[in-house]
Amino acid sequence: MKHTLRQVARSGKFMAGFIIFVAILLIVIIYPLLVPDPPLQIIAQGTFFPPGIYVNTYDSINAPTTYTLHLDDAAAKRVASKLSQENRTEMKNWLVAAGLPADEIDTADTEQLLNQWGSHYDPRLQIPGMTLAKSRAYQRLNASIQGLLSTEGAIIASRAADTGALQAGREVKQTDYVNIREVANVRFLPLGTDNFGRDVLTELVRATGVSLQIGLVAGIIATLIGLTLGLAAGYIGGLLDDFTMFITNLFTVIPTFVLLILISFSIGQDKRGAFTIATVIGLTAWPWTARSVRAQVISLRNRDHVNLSKLSGHSIPHIILNDILPYVASYVVMAFILQISSGILQEAGLAILGLGPRTTEVPTLGLMMNWAMIYQAHILEKWWAYLPVLMTIALITFSMNLMNTGLDQVFNPALRD
Amino acid sequence: MDAPRKSKPCLSGVGLTKVFGLGRRTTVAVDHVDFEFREGEVISIVGESGSGKTTLAKMLLGLINPTEGEVYFQGQKRDISSHRKRQEYWKNIQAIFQDPFSAYNIFNKIDTVLLDCIHMRGGRGLPRAKKIELMTEACGFVNLKFEEMTNKYPFELSGGQMQRLMIARIFLLKPKILLADEPTSMIDACSRATILDYLMKLRDEVGMTLIFITHDIGLAYYVSDTVYIMEHGRFVESGTADRVILHPQEPYTKRLISDVPKIYEEWDLSTV
Amino acid sequence: MGKVVLDVKGLTTKYITRFREDVYAVDHVSLQVEEGKSLGIAGESGCGKSTLALSLMGYYFPPLHYMSGEIVIDGRNITGMKPDDVRKSILGTEIAYIPQAAMNALNPTRRIINFIEDVVLAHDPTENKKFIYDLARASFETLGLPADVLHKYPVELSGGMKQRTVIAVSVILRPKVLIADEPSSALDVTSQKMVIKMLKNLMETGFIKSMIFITHELPLLYNVTDDIMVMYAGQIVEQATARQAVFDPLHPYSKGLMGSIIVPESGLRDVKLTAIPGAPPNLKKPPMGCRFAERCKYVRAECRVMAIPLYEVGGGRAYRCILSEETLREAYGRAA
Repeated sequence: MKHTLRQVARSGKFMAGFIIFVAILLIVIIYPLLVPDPPLQIIAQGTFFPPGIYVNTYDSINAPTTYTLHLDDAAAKRVASKLSQENRTEMKNWLVAAGLPADEIDTADTEQLLNQWGSHYDPRLQIPGMTLAKSRAYQRLNASIQGLLSTEGAIIASRAADTGALQAGREVKQTDYVNIREVANVRFLPLGTDNFGRDVLTELVRATGVSLQIGLVAGIIATLIGLTLGLAAGYIGGLLDDFTMFITNLFTVIPTFVLLILISFSIGQDKRGAFTIATVIGLTAWPWTARSVRAQVISLRNRDHVNLSKLSGHSIPHIILNDILPYVASYVVMAFILQISSGILQEAGLAILGLGPRTTEVPTLGLMMNWAMIYQAHILEKWWAYLPVLMTIALITFSMNLMNTGLDQVFNPALRD
Repeated sequence: MDAPRKSKPCLSGVGLTKVFGLGRRTTVAVDHVDFEFREGEVISIVGESGSGKTTLAKMLLGLINPTEGEVYFQGQKRDISSHRKRQEYWKNIQAIFQDPFSAYNIFNKIDTVLLDCIHMRGGRGLPRAKKIELMTEACGFVNLKFEEMTNKYPFELSGGQMQRLMIARIFLLKPKILLADEPTSMIDACSRATILDYLMKLRDEVGMTLIFITHDIGLAYYVSDTVYIMEHGRFVESGTADRVILHPQEPYTKRLISDVPKIYEEWDLSTV
Repeated sequence: MGKVVLDVKGLTTKYITRFREDVYAVDHVSLQVEEGKSLGIAGESGCGKSTLALSLMGYYFPPLHYMSGEIVIDGRNITGMKPDDVRKSILGTEIAYIPQAAMNALNPTRRIINFIEDVVLAHDPTENKKFIYDLARASFETLGLPADVLHKYPVELSGGMKQRTVIAVSVILRPKVLIADEPSSALDVTSQKMVIKMLKNLMETGFIKSMIFITHELPLLYNVTDDIMVMYAGQIVEQATARQAVFDPLHPYSKGLMGSIIVPESGLRDVKLTAIPGAPPNLKKPPMGCRFAERCKYVRAECRVMAIPLYEVGGGRAYRCILSEETLREAYGRAA
């Protein structure tokens, strides 16, 4: 036993898979302690905020200290953030269409371009062939670049409580800076928000945990049923074997996934909790465990050590538990790992079709994919809503398959390199 | 049948048959075999691979049920229909298997192997010290030291030691019949004599009937009183070892014996 | 003395295990096989018989590694050749090897003639199929195998026929030396006899010049080979003619081995079998002195400390024991 464990620990593949898996598990356990927000809390008004650091504007204006920094490139950056190269080309296009000679317009010269724009742009001018949407876009662009080159500060006005009259307050200069640490409210959203305005990372970590639990429950159920039936059918044989194999073959020829879909559908939206789904997956996944355990047991039951145990007067349960089970244990462990990973995949498959657990309580990896798909994250290029989920599923399955291959090499010396 | 008729019949079979498979794809492994083994005899059942000797052995042991025919144990029809009756039967008949490396459960310690035997002989309630005494005695019988064996696993021993441990097991069980299925074919020639010596010593001590199942005609000749030659599930010839092996009557036996390499006589290669 | 076909001097090979432990499976083995002679190698499982067979071909692949020594086949030194060159120009033409379970190594989806084509084409890729077929047919006829076997699949042949076919395929290029490692141990006695007859036939018809035959079955070895070499723990402990080795062994280990022979012949029922207690030493840490010392009845103090050389006693006979011939014979006489 100790020897086997040492060999397992020496297997590079198993350890690589194991380390990835433990890392995922640690994140699932530790992250909620650091970020105690409820995973399904809606924090954003609007859909799919991109990943980044969100700084509260009100708090930064009212920060306790303002620092004055004279940075050479500050103005250029400010212009660049509002006036991109595309905007400049667009402006040039309008100006050319409005009759300005193309060679007089230099898109690199910001001041000249803005002057030309300021003196020629007229929102009422009808350019032939221009759609309404396009001319609206020009109007928005025009509004956003108003006063772009101004070096004046902005005055913060506040509304008087009784009269509602605006009263000029502090002036914010262009050289004013606040230290982000002194801003009361800053929120880092590494993976942005999803369609409901929830923090994707928090949701993802929780979903990984739930999906692992679903996989575990499905794996335990499938392995228990498969192991029991396989052991009994393989060792006892006869009618029991025929009957069990009949049922098993029946389950094997029915496409499991279709069966899963039908069962999930008939359970109904209200009753589908995460663990109901896990149970359903487990109840449909056992046949191949049963088949392979049975095959192993059949080759074992005629071995001399089993005969010797019989001759020592041991009962059938004793023989199954002591002389058969330990020999198939390594195999069952490998099957169990695969069952967990396939359970996770099955859940994801079901949920993406909208047949996963009901949506109000917990996220799962499949549900997150489902939401992303319904709200067209893939069409809107909001990659953060689905790519991290995909990566997580891939990583979990990958780690489990690595562990399985590693174990296989330890227990099956023919596969060693 | 010219075996000496001195002692009582111990194990006999009438029309013993085993058919494997169902429907049209059947194989007759053992085909209406009749025999009568007597108490205290050493019997060899000799056959080449596929002759059905191992199937016959398993039927005698009660590990598989015959398709047809009956086994009589000490003159009584054998009844192994329930677990209790089987346990009772296995107190009387035990076996040693060919491959010592696969005959042990690798997850059980040697102590477990020996304790099982003590428990089977009704020694479950004995005090621990008495059990250890019994196990030490059994190991001593085959020249193993129990102190060195305890808390070890069988696979930590050599092939010869494992086979000796198997004999120690039989020593504890003291059955009336011991069936040895190729007991020396997987161990080295030098250890073979040791194993045979212990088997014979055990036979004298316990007074049991020894049945060898073997393909080695030399071994059968060396150890047994009575030899049965088996071919395609049938006994083609039987009788005392000297009679059958030195003066075979049946063509199959003649051919079998002439094909075995000899040392003192000429081994005639022109006969094939 | 005939022409020496295979001349091996001080061959040492070792296994390097996964845990970097060296196992010296063949330790300074020297042997000579003359034309028209066969040499038998006897010993228990794990004594290095099969490793010696692999080492003799000069074809090494991990974990087996060549350490030292020299192999000369018919005047051609093959030590230090690259495995690929050995495969192309030595195997099949100089040395042929039949491993233990050779008959189970045939690809079941190919016909026998395809295997022969493989062997011939590996040495001369320009040969045409018609020529190969005629060659195969002629060889099979000489060896007494039916020619229709050539068109059969391995599964259509019985065990004995399969094994004889494998032998016929491996000697198709008329190698000088044939190494047969337990070629008949998985067969029933009648097929075994046929295989042996065929091997003898190979020597007589000149298909092969000499043969090395490895088996743990001593009566068989006695009947097949001219000389017998007894190996123990990677070393040669005795070299003698077959008759001497079986009826007059010198080394205590050979004596024990020969004393364990059982054959179905009259009078042998009453012979007491000799037993050698104990187990062979672990070759990861072989003992400093005589490797058999722990199990030897006639052991002396110096046996355990001194490496024992192989003493030549004339007539090609040698044994590895510090006791003299007379002392040993006398001791054996007393024991009997």
